[in-house]
Amino acid sequence: MDLQTLTYAVVGATFLLYIGIAIWARAATTGEFYVAGKGIHPVANGMATAADWMSAASFISMAGLIAFNGYGASVFLMGWTGGYVLLAMLLAPYLRKFGKFTVPEFIGDRYYSKAARIVAVLCLIIASITYVIGQMKGIGVAFSRFLQTDYDTGLYIGMAIVFVYAVLGGMKGITYTQIAQYVVLIFAYTIPAVFISLQLTDQPFPQIGLGSAMGDGSGTYMLDRLDQVVTDLGFKEYTTQTIGSKLNMFAYTFSLMIGTAGLPHVIIRFFTVPKVRDARSSAGWALVFIAILYTTAPAVGAMARLNLMNTIQTGEVGSAEGNLAYENAPQWFKNWEKTGLLKFEDKNGDGRIQYYNEKNEDMAAKAASYGWAGSEMTKVDRDIMVLANPEIAKLPNWVIAIVVAGGLAAALSTAAGLLLAIASSISHDLLKGIFAPNISEGAELMASRIAMAGAIFAAGYLGLHPPDFAAGTVAIAFGLAAASIFPALMMGIFSKKVNNTGAILGMLAGISVTMFYVFQHKGIAFVPNTAHLIGGAGSEGFTANWFFGISPNAFGSVGALVNFAVALTVSSVTKAPPEHIQHMVEDVRVPKGADAAVDH
Amino acid sequence: MSETSASDYWSANKRLIAFCLTVWFVVSYLFGIVLVEPLNAISLGGYKLGFWFAQQGSIYTFVVLIFFYASRMNALDRKHDVHED
Repeated sequence: MDLQTLTYAVVGATFLLYIGIAIWARAATTGEFYVAGKGIHPVANGMATAADWMSAASFISMAGLIAFNGYGASVFLMGWTGGYVLLAMLLAPYLRKFGKFTVPEFIGDRYYSKAARIVAVLCLIIASITYVIGQMKGIGVAFSRFLQTDYDTGLYIGMAIVFVYAVLGGMKGITYTQIAQYVVLIFAYTIPAVFISLQLTDQPFPQIGLGSAMGDGSGTYMLDRLDQVVTDLGFKEYTTQTIGSKLNMFAYTFSLMIGTAGLPHVIIRFFTVPKVRDARSSAGWALVFIAILYTTAPAVGAMARLNLMNTIQTGEVGSAEGNLAYENAPQWFKNWEKTGLLKFEDKNGDGRIQYYNEKNEDMAAKAASYGWAGSEMTKVDRDIMVLANPEIAKLPNWVIAIVVAGGLAAALSTAAGLLLAIASSISHDLLKGIFAPNISEGAELMASRIAMAGAIFAAGYLGLHPPDFAAGTVAIAFGLAAASIFPALMMGIFSKKVNNTGAILGMLAGISVTMFYVFQHKGIAFVPNTAHLIGGAGSEGFTANWFFGISPNAFGSVGALVNFAVALTVSSVTKAPPEHIQHMVEDVRVPKGADAAVDH
Repeated sequence: MSETSASDYWSANKRLIAFCLTVWFVVSYLFGIVLVEPLNAISLGGYKLGFWFAQQGSIYTFVVLIFFYASRMNALDRKHDVHED
């Protein structure tokens, strides 16, 4: 069977599996639609959380960013795992004890204010839609490769499939489906990694292979070889290159960590475990399943980079025969050119591919002496690396087919979970909770489906020109959640003094500061070429003038500090929360009596 | 459950959290970012140690920390008689 047919077969089979499970477990009542009747075992819940959590950003995009940013991409690895520690200790058990459906419900009750609930809903919607834009980028990349179309067409097809998929089942369908998706995606991620690790280092475990010597008998460590290969072509040394300053790395990691603990589709998972103590261990299990992918990713990134460099630079740098001739370019190279995500331009007309860092002056001078006229890989979209990786390493076709299926599973599961969170925010928190308390169950369900459709279209449109690579876009979403939701939740549990006014102003200040800074650099609401309207990128005299060198993607950490500061200051000069609220806070702090709180 | 028991329980919980988050901070921010250069002078196989903490070690530590916290909290719940069922 050729690759294309095989890919169709594998992707088709996994889809039938998910849809079959979704139909089998079709949501009956609105309660089940949201949180699956609160009866899911912590290990199963952890696995579903992991699938929900690991999106196109983790599966498709992250290793590509690692491949090109080396050590600097550690911010994603630490940031997207360390948040679970915060979740397990600072939020999950208490929110489970509180026992409501959604995050805004907690904020509305704790801060005894409908306005607080509305603000929380708006913050969640902004963060979630940004997140879905990132997923759409990943989905567009995966479908364009899978169907051999350009990126835009891939994105449109992906939107349609996400819509059908998310509307079909609620959380219950999604919980069991997501367990299946976890299994598919983790195999899809680790199998090629094991193969490639064996090829390069003779080590079956990629986590060990990354720190081992090359299998070619040279005795050189794999990472040392990689450092050598990339610096020879003028790129930064892999194991020491950073993303901005140390402060930026710090802020970036922090923003992703607290954003993890503030995102609704993750938190909502902890409402579905039977007991408070299960919420703690469930966070641990989720991280176990996530860590399998996250400790593999650094090896995938490093090995993909090494293979990519060696594919193009086949011989000595500067020798006439040292570069791959375009006519001999492998099939994957041509396939990705069709999507427009990989571009080659024969600048010096020698029919060979030169790929080096032309911005490095020493390298540019050397290149000129070799007769090179600039780096000819004019576009290498980072988000293609994971999908291209098995082909670059010449792995068998069935492995490539599984990777495509895994990438789609990752993107779809998270998009569905997020769309559900957006839908429940609008139908449950805004409509039923505030504007139309007497709405029927049927109408509530309908409203949530309409909200889902709207969110898909908005995110799909913005996904045509995403503000960053998939993982970068998702990082912005985390920053927005970090700046708004996390502080409100944490202070709601750990302080009895923070009141309604403080919380509302804190959330507004945090998200406004972050949004303004991001929009100045990425365009208003991420619409291209609009940043100059608020004095940002593209306006006269604007240089990418980063506040203390902190990038927009990392700015959620500053927003969060603003949120904390505003909330605590305002609360200290305004009226303390009423007695019954203080009792409520005391009550969520102890597990006892949790079962009574479950009933709605 | 008495008032004092509840507040003792909460203080014990906060102390435990403070300990865990200190470890959390040290392995990621300190070893993985702030002190990465000096640690990189040490090798762990083919890994530089600071690089290893940033891309591997911190993640393993996080997993252990959560299960450690969960088991200690289960003991605390029972000790202060605030456990479920």
